[in-house]
Amino acid sequence: MIFETLFNALTNNAIITAFFFVGLVTAISYWISTNLTNGYIHGSAIAIALGLLLAYFGGYLTGGDKGLADIPLFAGVGILGGAMFRDFAIVATAFGVDLKHLKNAGLIGAISVIFGVVLSFFIGAIIAIMFGYNDAVSITTIGAGAATYIVGPVTGTALSASTEVIALSVAVGLIKSILVMIVTPFIAPYIKLNNAESAMIFGGLMGTTSGVAGGLAATDPRLVPYGAMTATFYTGVGCLLAPSVLFLIVRALVS
Amino acid sequence: MVVYGVALLAFCMLTGIFLGDLLGQLIGVDANVGGIGIAMLLLIFIANVRTNRFEINTLTKSGVNFWSAMYIPIVVAMAAKQNVLAAISGGWMAIIAGVMTVIISFLMIPVLYKLLRRDSNDDF
Repeated sequence: MIFETLFNALTNNAIITAFFFVGLVTAISYWISTNLTNGYIHGSAIAIALGLLLAYFGGYLTGGDKGLADIPLFAGVGILGGAMFRDFAIVATAFGVDLKHLKNAGLIGAISVIFGVVLSFFIGAIIAIMFGYNDAVSITTIGAGAATYIVGPVTGTALSASTEVIALSVAVGLIKSILVMIVTPFIAPYIKLNNAESAMIFGGLMGTTSGVAGGLAATDPRLVPYGAMTATFYTGVGCLLAPSVLFLIVRALVS
Repeated sequence: MVVYGVALLAFCMLTGIFLGDLLGQLIGVDANVGGIGIAMLLLIFIANVRTNRFEINTLTKSGVNFWSAMYIPIVVAMAAKQNVLAAISGGWMAIIAGVMTVIISFLMIPVLYKLLRRDSNDDF
């Protein structure tokens, strides 16, 4: 009876449970950071990795597609970690942005977004060809997935690719997004990801909003608004270019 | 009041998403184009406006700053709801394509940084 009551209290107040859960994960992560890594790995990087690990188990246990949030007890995590709150918090980070850092933002942002979409697309397309795909629609869809896991299915649907290929394009985008979240803090020092301009280029090249949001959070939260600003245009540009210009290029090259 | 800050944030986000959706429809794309980026620009613009009749006070600021501080916890929740299983079960092609994309994109950051920085420095 006690357990049932507790379970009800937690599930009926899903988002409050999520607040507590995230606080707990963060506390554990910072403890691990100071005591086990001597502060070498930042607490938020560990928290994100722990979140991804829990997401894996959530998916494994339930077979759903929302990670830990598919477990009823953690449904609130899905709301708190959903696009609505994520974007709300991302917009809030812009409050600290200095206008003078944004002087050249237009040019740097636009160039890196377009370059980023095209670059990711062709890497994905080349790998698809190496794995034996030879029709323009499948190659384009997988290439689009290498942009983001939203561009993939949008492009695949527009070109009527098979559901199998669309699922694959989502998987490519997810791998990219998760990898960016995990490795960014470790690579940041080597690629001078420590100022507004390079954060903007990073956002434009990577493009995955979740990946960029997670990666920069664990690197230096002050960089978040700059990276997020460019990343937020990426999916739109990808959905514009992939099923049109990029598809035509692939079709011309393949046939 | 604190709620003014939260409301300001909400106003910026809703306006941005609305404009991003319109922009998407305008160029014929089934996606929001830069809505959150537009929202951020709007917030930055409003935050930097200072006249004798309008200034954001400390209490209002704290309404925005709270959500800014909640950013990392929200990102942790976001990580916990990713479809990690699907990503891994996509097979070798998905993993190789994802890994190669990330590696090459990372390598291009310093290259692009050098190019774009030089360009922008020439402007001044």
